[in-house]
Amino acid sequence: MSAATLFGLCATALIGLGLYGLIANPHPLRKILAFNVVGSGVFLLLGAIARRGAGAGFGGDPVPQALLITGIVVAFSATALAVALLLRLHDASGSVTLASEVPPTVEPDAGSP
Amino acid sequence: MMEALNAGLALLLLALAAWTIVGRDAFAAVAGFVAYGLLLTLAWVQLSGVDVALTEAAIGGGLTGALLIGAVARLRDTEAAARAERPKALTRTLAALVAGAVTVALAISILALPDPAPTLAPDVAANIGATGVGNPITAVLLAFRAMDTLLEAIVLVFALIGVWSLAPDRAWGGRPGPLHLADPNGILAYIARVLPPIGIIVGMYIFWAGADHPGGKFQGATILAAMWLLVMMAGLTDAPPISRAWLRIGLVAGPLVFIAIGLAGAVAAGAFLAYPDGYAKPLIIVIELALMPTLALILALLLVGAPQRAGER
Amino acid sequence: MSVALDLLSIVAVVAGAFFFLAGTVGLLRFPDTFTRLHALTKADNLGLGLVVLGLLPHVGSALAGLKLIVIWLLVLLSGAVASQLIARATRQRDPDA
Repeated sequence: MSAATLFGLCATALIGLGLYGLIANPHPLRKILAFNVVGSGVFLLLGAIARRGAGAGFGGDPVPQALLITGIVVAFSATALAVALLLRLHDASGSVTLASEVPPTVEPDAGSP
Repeated sequence: MMEALNAGLALLLLALAAWTIVGRDAFAAVAGFVAYGLLLTLAWVQLSGVDVALTEAAIGGGLTGALLIGAVARLRDTEAAARAERPKALTRTLAALVAGAVTVALAISILALPDPAPTLAPDVAANIGATGVGNPITAVLLAFRAMDTLLEAIVLVFALIGVWSLAPDRAWGGRPGPLHLADPNGILAYIARVLPPIGIIVGMYIFWAGADHPGGKFQGATILAAMWLLVMMAGLTDAPPISRAWLRIGLVAGPLVFIAIGLAGAVAAGAFLAYPDGYAKPLIIVIELALMPTLALILALLLVGAPQRAGER
Repeated sequence: MSVALDLLSIVAVVAGAFFFLAGTVGLLRFPDTFTRLHALTKADNLGLGLVVLGLLPHVGSALAGLKLIVIWLLVLLSGAVASQLIARATRQRDPDA
């Protein structure tokens, strides 16, 4: 199995893992982490496709690789905006819940690290 | 031998991603994510994408990791409440099924990709001589798909404006982030004095070498931004108030120069962002020199966050 | 001559990998933060130095070899600073550890 196919399949598994984490984790910061895992999986997938397009003396198709550099930078800026939104929500309301009603009783951790 | 290395790398990536998603402690999950980003750099090198590997190491592993560590430290007291909101087993099972279906569908399409793969590499190789640069990625970013790079720079400015707009009203125009006080004779201040000169040289070198070797302005600007962040975190300098004129001029100068060259190309060579014959390399250098400070400023300020301290008027 | 250089490279890189392994085992098995820092920084700096030493005969130019050595020195510097900061923070937070 060539490197491109191996990393392509790894990337699909990463996308699936990140998608599960995005839905199943209630804390918004964990959702942002899962979103980044999905994003890196998508980039790895496109990178595997770029590797298969090697030719004319280049190790990989340069056009998708250049688009990937753009994608990584834009994904970082989206993460920064999401984290800023989350921190503002925390400053303004004290909690980071995305639910429309806050649950009635919440026990704080007795021995939080 | 290489197959064994790739297989081990892929397994480690999956294990670290699972740790990040499923782990209980948020700080451990973020630490796992930083390690995941660095291993992903190795995967990129195996896929012959050295420029992408540099970008992933700098931005994906470094800057995103720093951003998330700062966030998880500030949000430590919300984890118990979030844990109480965990979805029921039915929702989690359905989510796992959806994720599994997406994975299977993508895996089938990966295995069904056409062979020989369609590629634009011969077109790039045929036209790269006219651009004057040796690195095909730089040629694609600044000559063949220059419009994408321009729009990316503008998206970065918009993201920064979005982050700034989250300031409380009393802090608008003020300094972002908390005031960092570190011992001026301590070890953090020491490395904030020793490392930035080296870092600036390395950043400029990576930028300059990007014309013919792997590198470029994004990777170089990230290193410059990291050096500025180090100096700020050590308390040797404070974050500038966002109302400062030099800051705002520096942020828009890069995209404005880029747009101006594009409009000049529309007049002189017939299409927006077209380069006249023989002027491609100098124009590319001018665009990169104009965008470097803007990118470094934006990347550092995205990490520092929204203004929190009221500005002095 | 090249056989001797290849042998030197293999021995150095394997020794460096052994030091990395020892450092990781120390990280996982030692009981508290200070002993773990000791294992990590001693082993990883020496491990990276041996790997760089093993790669030096194979670089294409003297400049590339110099870059490898500068990388090793930078890792030494940042590792030393990071372990100092972690140790200081741990001592302030938990003086009995």
